Amino acid sequence: MANIIEVKDLNKTFGDFVAVKDVTFSVPEGGIFAFLGPNGAGKSTTIKMLTTLLHPTSGTMKINGYDPMTQSDLVRKSFGIVFQDPSLDEDLTALENLELHGALYSVPKDVLKKRIDELLALVELADRKNDFVRDFSGGMKRRLEIARGLLHHPKIIFLDEPTLGLDPQTRNHLWGHVQKLNADEGITVFFTTHYMEEADRIAKNIAIIDHGVIIAQGSGAELQKQTATTSLEEAFLKLTGNVIREESANSGDHLRQARRMWGGGRR
Amino acid sequence: MWLREVKRFTRSKSRIFGSLGQPILFLVALGYGLGPVFAKAGQGNYLDFIAPGIIGMSIIFSAIFNGMQVIWDRQFGFLKETMVAPVSRLSIMFGRTIGGATVASFQGVLVLILATVAGFRPESWLGILPAIVVMLLIALVFSALGIMVASLLKDMQGFQLIMNFLVMPLFFLSGALFPLSGVLLIVASFDPLSYGVDALRYFLIGTSTFSLTLDISVLVGVSAVLLALGSYFFSKIEM
Repeated sequence: MANIIEVKDLNKTFGDFVAVKDVTFSVPEGGIFAFLGPNGAGKSTTIKMLTTLLHPTSGTMKINGYDPMTQSDLVRKSFGIVFQDPSLDEDLTALENLELHGALYSVPKDVLKKRIDELLALVELADRKNDFVRDFSGGMKRRLEIARGLLHHPKIIFLDEPTLGLDPQTRNHLWGHVQKLNADEGITVFFTTHYMEEADRIAKNIAIIDHGVIIAQGSGAELQKQTATTSLEEAFLKLTGNVIREESANSGDHLRQARRMWGGGRR
Repeated sequence: MWLREVKRFTRSKSRIFGSLGQPILFLVALGYGLGPVFAKAGQGNYLDFIAPGIIGMSIIFSAIFNGMQVIWDRQFGFLKETMVAPVSRLSIMFGRTIGGATVASFQGVLVLILATVAGFRPESWLGILPAIVVMLLIALVFSALGIMVASLLKDMQGFQLIMNFLVMPLFFLSGALFPLSGVLLIVASFDPLSYGVDALRYFLIGTSTFSLTLDISVLVGVSAVLLALGSYFFSKIEM
C-alpha cells in the first residue's frame, strides 16, 4: 500500500526552543495513525507543518504526493482538518458554515447540497442545520467540524486532539463516525492525542512523541513488546517518564481562558 | 467572505445600536453644547461642521474594529479555516476588507441619518451620493489598516494599545471636531482621515480646507498602499 503521508527529518525551531526534532514517519493510504504524547510534545506543531499552517525549519514532507511548501493548494485540497479549538463561525448557522467551506474549496453547487445533507445526517446534526453555531455544545461543534472537514471529499482527515473536553458518549460516537469512514471510504486518518486508550483502541499505528522527538513507533502491540510492558499505558509511561510537565501559558491559553470567562461573546 | 462580514453585522442588533451611541452623544453634546461658542467665534453652525467629522469617526472606529477581529479569529476560530483552504490569502484579505468597508460605510450612513434627525442640514441633497462614495473610500482605507495591524499582532492585548495610541489620535487630529490651522493643520495633513473628513465636508456642507482633488487622490493612494501592505502582512501570518 502506498504511503499517503511521508515525513523525513522534520525540524522546527522557534528561536532557541526546539519544538520538533528529526521527526520521520509515514502513513499508508487508508491507515489510521496516532501521534501520542504529553502536552507540549510537538504534536500540534507537527500537524501545523503538515497542513501548511507553519513552515518547517528543515526536513521534507509529502502529502498525497505533494509538497506542502511548494504545492500548498494541492495539499490543502487533499485533506480536511478538525482543529483543537473550534474554528467555526459562531455567528453563522451550521448550514452557512458548511456552505462557506464549500465556497472556499470550490465544491460544485449541485454536488454541494447533496453532500451537506449526507454529512449532516452522518454526524446526526440534520435537524439543527439552521441553528446558530454559538448555541451548539462542544460535542456538536466537533461533529459539525468533522462534517465540514469531509465536505470536499479529502483523502486524509487530520484531527488535533479531537476528543479533548468531550464526554464519553460523544467520544465514542465520534470515533465510531471516524472508523466507519475509514472502513467504508478508505479515508486516511491522522490524529494527535494524549489519551493512551484512544491511541490503542483506534489507531493501527502509533508514534510516541515527547519533547519534539519520536521515541517509539509501531502498532500498540509492537510498542508493548518493545518496552516489555503489558499495556500501552505502561509502555507510554516507561518511555516518557512520570514527571509532570512544566508548561507556561501561551497566548492560546489566555484566549481560551478569556473565552470561558466571557462566554464566547466577541463584541 | 464579504457576505460573511455583512451577515455578522446585520445580525447583531446590540452592535448596531451600540456603535451609534457614541456618535449620537458627540453630535448632541458637542453640537448643541459647543454650538453657541462656535457661532460666537464667527464660524457658523457647529452641528453642521462636526457632522461630517462624526460620520468619519464612526467609520474609522468601525473599520478598525472590524479589521482587529482578525486577531480574535486567529486563535479561535475561523481564521484557521480560511488559512487551510486552497484559496489565496489575497482573496481572503480582500473579501474581509471590502466586507468590513461595506459595514463601516453603512454605519456612516446611519450616522448621517441620525445627524439629520438631530438638526443637521446638508448644503445640498445632491451631495449625499458622492458623500457615500467618500465614506466607502474612508472605510476601505481603515479597514485595510485594521487588517494590516491585526496581522502583525498575536493577541488582544495589543488591541487596547492600538485603539488609544493609533485610532484616537487619528480621529482627534483629523479636523473632525475643530477647524484646522497653524501647526495642527500641518500635523493633520499626515492623517488620511483629515482628507476623508474634508471631502465629506465638501459634499455635505460645501466647505473644505484642502482641495477636493487632493482629498480623493490621498484617499485612493493610501488605500492602494494599505491594501498592498495589508495583503503582504496577512499572507505572512503563521499560525
